[in-house]
Order: sequence, then structure tokens, then C-alpha cells
Amino acid sequence: MRLLKLVPDDTNINFLQWRMPFYVVSLLLIAASWVLVFTQGLNYGVDFAGGQEIRATFVGQEEADIPAIRSTVGELQNVGDPVVQRFGSPNEVSIRVKLPPEAEGNPAFADQMTRTITDALQAEYPSIRIDGVDSVSGKVSGEFREKAAYALLAAMLAIAMYIWVRFEWQFGVGALFALFHDVSLTLGMFALFQMEFSLQIIAAILAIIGYSLNDTIVIYDRIRENLKKYRKMPLPELLDLSVNETLARTVMTSLTLLIALIPLLLFGPASLFGLVAAITLGIFVGTYSSVYMAAPILIWLGVTSRSFVPQEGAADRQERIARGEG
Amino acid sequence: MLEFPRWKKIWLSGLTLLAILAALPSLLSVVNVRWPEALPDPMVNLGLDLAGGSHILLEADPDEVAALRLENAEETVRSLMRDAEPRIRIGDLSTANGRLSFMLENGSDVDRARELLLPFVNGTGMTREWELSVVDRSRVILTPTEDGLSTAVAQAMDSATEVVRRRIDELGTREPTIIQQGDNRIVVQVPGLENPDQLKDLLGQTAALEFKLVDQTALPSDVAQGIAPPGSQIVPYAPGTPFEGQSIAVRRLGGIQGDSLVNAQQTFDQQNNEAVVSIEFDQQGASRFARLTTENVGKPFAIILDGEVLSAPNINEPIRGGAAQISGSFTAESANALAISLRSGALPVDLAVVEERTVGPDLGADSIRKGLLAMMIGSVAVIVLMIVSYGRFGVYATAALVLNVLMLLGIMAIMGTTLTLPGIAGFVLTIGAAVDANVLINERIREERKRGRRVVAAVENGYKEASRAIYDANVTNFIAGVLLFLFGSGPIRGFAVVLIIGLFTSVFTAVTLTRMWVAGWLRKTRPTDLNI
Repeated sequence: MRLLKLVPDDTNINFLQWRMPFYVVSLLLIAASWVLVFTQGLNYGVDFAGGQEIRATFVGQEEADIPAIRSTVGELQNVGDPVVQRFGSPNEVSIRVKLPPEAEGNPAFADQMTRTITDALQAEYPSIRIDGVDSVSGKVSGEFREKAAYALLAAMLAIAMYIWVRFEWQFGVGALFALFHDVSLTLGMFALFQMEFSLQIIAAILAIIGYSLNDTIVIYDRIRENLKKYRKMPLPELLDLSVNETLARTVMTSLTLLIALIPLLLFGPASLFGLVAAITLGIFVGTYSSVYMAAPILIWLGVTSRSFVPQEGAADRQERIARGEG
Repeated sequence: MLEFPRWKKIWLSGLTLLAILAALPSLLSVVNVRWPEALPDPMVNLGLDLAGGSHILLEADPDEVAALRLENAEETVRSLMRDAEPRIRIGDLSTANGRLSFMLENGSDVDRARELLLPFVNGTGMTREWELSVVDRSRVILTPTEDGLSTAVAQAMDSATEVVRRRIDELGTREPTIIQQGDNRIVVQVPGLENPDQLKDLLGQTAALEFKLVDQTALPSDVAQGIAPPGSQIVPYAPGTPFEGQSIAVRRLGGIQGDSLVNAQQTFDQQNNEAVVSIEFDQQGASRFARLTTENVGKPFAIILDGEVLSAPNINEPIRGGAAQISGSFTAESANALAISLRSGALPVDLAVVEERTVGPDLGADSIRKGLLAMMIGSVAVIVLMIVSYGRFGVYATAALVLNVLMLLGIMAIMGTTLTLPGIAGFVLTIGAAVDANVLINERIREERKRGRRVVAAVENGYKEASRAIYDANVTNFIAGVLLFLFGSGPIRGFAVVLIIGLFTSVFTAVTLTRMWVAGWLRKTRPTDLNI
């Protein structure tokens, strides 16, 4: 049986010759992502913003009438401006409302709000099924935000430290930068499309970091190996060789994960959609960043083969001189 | 690299088998097959986001514990001084600024007072509970120590957790989880509970019941303005009672607390058929209640629940049996809820709901069904791709992948961890890592063959060279996982746990097991060429 080879043998694609334009584009994308995050803002779910989220299904209905729901809920007293979004299938919606300051530390108030909203919805749409209610106080959501940020930062720094120890400091910087790129672009996408940003998405970002790092380490490992093997080869050429040698693996792994994720995206439960969408995007971003962010930075940071080849120590030199080998 | 002594093979296979066996009960429960009851049944618990149910996070205010503690200290100090022989007269007692301070009317009592207070100040534990100081020779100041306060908060939380557990048990719901979190929080998770209102009503009630004498000397106009005579306090009527909106003055000290109850039942008053709660005191409580009612026949006393007056009936005759009835314009439901709360004891501190999540059971079941279907399709596609790309090695990789999932489930079941939605993200990453390990190895073997190495050397080198990157990638992810577990909150931890366990199982199955299989095959057939 002839086996399938997605990538032909001995590819020699000159990936890094476009490193400058790609770097410029990537830096611009990173900048644009942060501009979006700060101007548009992230569409925080109740995990991070506090408030109430009610998820409901309009049983037997093709599609939920979102503007009508918005006005039904919005007309209620004390509710303010609700965020109504499709959640999964077209007949599933999520309704988010902020909790007024009176509700802080006063659970009865929040309960009353939930009841007001669900009663109004049930009166207007008898076929509605309430699937779940989340209610998070401002204090707890603040803690969630803080803890998520700390966890992300701590994980990224520790990863960079480890790579520094196992490889060289340039590699640590490169890996950290690649991760920064991935996180920035993911946040940027969430800001651009105003998809709900919740604790689940933090889990997705962590998975992306994990995957992207895996990719970066595979390429770095090959670079390390080649640096020892070809001491005279110019670095850009050596990086290209390393990327080419690992190309079959990169394509195969990414493809395998994608075909595992896409059914989950298409047929999976609505509650997983945000998570899976983020990880799917992350596979592209993570693969790209390993090749175009993590590798070229090594050129600019001045990696040389000396970093990995055992250096001649003082004792070795004395021995060599003593032997009369010059 | 390819040497596998018999003992090692047995050990590896045994370990795999054990983990898979542990996964069986969880897998069978998905397809509704019953696991024999005689056998141990470790289960992977599904988080509420997958299984449906209610999650409630309760928080206590430590300041409130401190305030209650101060109030108790006041009572203790007063009775210590009163019961001293001869009596020590004190005045100008204040509890402002979180400290208890009072004046000795006779400065020469200082040493006696100090000695009397010593056991109370030192407390029963290892650390001192109050700092005692004397200023101007006659003013005694008790300041709570940090240790004393945190012990008090910890004790209050312990007993609050216990009370919450008893109350939920009264509801008869299935397998609730009640855990203390941090210094002052309690997580309550009740699977399958769709409407948490009843639960919250029950937990929201502190159920601190008090009987206090009404201060009849108070002027109604003062009471209306909230001014209490010395030694009294103003308490409002509870909403729903006939005097809602009004308040009365009651004596602060000398009442009876509801903690000496032995039973509480919802019943109906025989005269007007109103829902009431019948209570029964323990012996000590009964005798104190008898004394209070005997000494104050004809006077009104207030029945106070959580700082609100339910009713203030006149004491018509001494109540000696230790049984009494509380009326307070109840419905049958609210009387029943109060009876449950009283039976399970008062919460030592108010608990506020700071986070609440409810997932309907339909949605949970739906999520699992759709998730499983999607994973099925994905798995088949991955298996096909692996086998058409790597042939025999693809079969090994696929087998390793399946075992990886089973082992991960099995270990999670043994450890009793919970699978949540973020946990599924961890699952995906783990499977990705396992696939990647095999792809790395197989691509490397291809490469080594291309460079002209012989079969055994190529396989050996493939594993060796690929292992370095696999090792580095897994260690970094492990570090990240541990940090996430340490710094993250609930859902992030769910992700981290799966990730950490998954790293071990994926390396074990994708590297160690496949190597054992490949080695066995090489030994048996001694191929001269590899189709890879």
C-alpha cells in the first residue's frame, strides 16, 4: 500500500526570505488587536463583567426574534439595556443584563430580576425553555479577571524561563514573543467580532498557548540540532532548513487537530462553540507564529552555533598545547 | 531503546489495563449500562456545566463575625464583673472601633478585673484571643488579636458549612457538594437541581432566633425615630407581618437564643388554623425559658428572627414544658422553611450569594450527546488520516490515542476529578499532544530511512531524536499547568487538572507503549524495509 504524503520529500521553500514583510504585518496586527481591545473593548460575559445571563431555547421555533426579545426585556423596569445574542442554534439565545448597584450583596434583588425577566419572556413566548441562569456579583467577577490575568502571565513567564534554561535566552525571548503574538491576535478577534469573552475563552487561550508552544519547541529543537550539525551555515539558511525539515510534521499535526476540531465546531454543543472556535483559530495563528515569529527573531537576537557546541575549556587547551598539536 | 525485558512489558501492560478498567464505569454510564454494584465504581463526575444543576457561591462578611464576637465579649465581660465577689462595678462600656472598652468605677479593682479576664483573654487555643490594656489606671481596653479573629472566622465558617450541609440534606437532593473555599466562602453544587429558589431561600436565612423582652419604658415617638433607651435596641417588624414598617424597642441583654432548640416542626395553630412553627427547647433552654416567662407574666416579649420581629405576644402564663409556638404570619411553606432552618441550627454568620449558575438538565444532556457525536466523527477522521499516512505505524498511533483517552478518563475517575467544559479544552490539547508525539516520531523515522539508515537504527533514532522535543514540549506544558492550577480559579483549574494528567498519559501511550509495540513487531518479523 502506498502511503499518503501530504508534504513531498525534501522541500526547500525559502520561508524566511519574506520574514521582514511578515514581521511588519504581524506587528501591525498585534498593534491593531490591542487598539481594538482598548477601543472596542472585549465583550465580557458575566464571568468577568458581573451581572446576569439567562440562556433560553425557543422550542419548536426556527429562529429566535432577537430584536423583539431585546425590546421585551428592555421595557422591563430596573433591567437597563440587555445584551441579546444568538447562542448556538438560531433558536437559542443568551440574554445578559447588568446588575444595578442595589443588587450588590443583596441576592433577593438579583433573584427578583431573574424572575421578572423570565416571567415576561414566558408570558410573551409560551414555547420558551429557560436553559440556565448565571449570576455573578461584581466582586467575584473582579476576582475572576484578576486571577485569569495572573495565571496567564505566570504561565507565559515560566515557560519562557524554562526554554531559556533548556535552550538559550534568545529562544526564551522568541517563544515568549510568539505566545504574545498568539494571545494578542486571539484577543483582537474577540474584540473585533464582539464574541462573548468568558472564563471558557481563557481556557481556550491556554490551549492555544500550549499548542503554539509545542510547535515552537519542535522547530527550536530542530534548529538546535542543526546548529550543532552545520556550524558554518548562515543562520537564515539554517532556519529555513529547520522549518523545511519539520514541515511534514507541522502540516500533519495541524491538519489532524483541525479535522478533530471541525466536527466539534459544526455539530458540537452551542456551549462549546466559543471555546472550539478560539482553539481552531489558535491552530492557524500558533503554527504561523512558530515559523514567522519565533524563528526569525533568533537572527536578530544573534544566535550562533557556539551557543550549543561545547567550547574548548582551559584544561582542553593546555592538553592540546602539551600534545604539541598547536 | 528497543529492548523491553519481560517484567517491563508486564508492568506497562498491567498499568494500562488498570487505568482502562477504572474508565469503564464512567463509559458504561454514558450508554446507560449498569455497573455491577459489588465492584468498585470510580466515576468521572461531570461538572454542572455539562450535567445540569445549580452552583451557588456563598460569602460571609468577616467584619460581621468580628462584630458578633465583640457583642459576645461584652456579655461575657458584664457577667464576669457582675458575678465577681465582691461585684466589680463598671460603666461607660463601648464597642466602638472594633474594641471593647469600659471604665472601672473603682480604680483599685484593676488587678482583680485583670485576673478575672485572664482566662477569657487567653482563650482556649494556642494563641491569645484578645489584647488587654489598661489606660488611666481605670479604663480597660480589649482589642481582638489578628489570630483570635481569624480563628473566630474559621470556626464560624466551619459551623456555617455544617449548617448549610444539614439544611441541604433536609431538602433531600441528590449528592450535593458543599466545600469551604478560601477564608470566607462556601461553594454549594447540587446536580440536577433546576430551580434553585428553594435552596437559596433556605441558605439565605440565617435563622438566628431570639426571644427578648419588650422595653415598655421606651417612648413611641423615640422608637419611631430610632432612638432606643439605654440598654435597649430598636428592632423592625419583619415584612409580611401586620405591623410591617413599624419598630419596637427590646432589651438588649437577658433574652434567650434559639441555639438551645432540640426540634422545630411546622404545624397549624389549633385556634385559628394559622401556620406556625412549634419549637422545643433542650433542658437548659427550657429552664431559662421557664424563668423568663415566670418572672415576666403579663409583659410582652418579642420573637426575633434574623434581626426582625415576627411577633410580640404577651406572656399570659409561665411556659414550663420547654415547648412553644412561634407565629409570624407564615404561609405553610415559609413556616416549613423556617422549621428546617431552626432544626439545622442558626448560621453563625450571614451568607450572601455572590455567584450563581444554573444549567437546565436538558441542555446538559444535549451538550453531551452533541459533543460525543462530534468527537466520534473527529476521531474516525483522525484515525483514517493516521493510517493512510503511516500504515502500520499509524495503527499503533491510533491504538495509543484510544488508550490515551481511556487512561486519562480512568485516572480522572480514580482521582475523583470533575470534567467540565474547560476540561474538554484540556482534553483536546492532550489529544493534540499525543497525535503530535506520534507524528514527530513517525516523520523522524521516515527521515532517518531517507538518509539510508537500516530499519532498526532508523526506528531507534526516530524515537531518540523525537523524544527530545516531546520531552521539552511536555515539561513546558506541565509547568504551565501547575501554575494555572495554583493561580487560576474554578474553571481554569478544571482545565489545568486535565492538562496535567493528560501530559503523563499522552507521553506514556504515544511514546512508551508504541515503542514497545514497534519493538515487538521488529523482533518478530525482522523486516528489511519499512512502509512509512
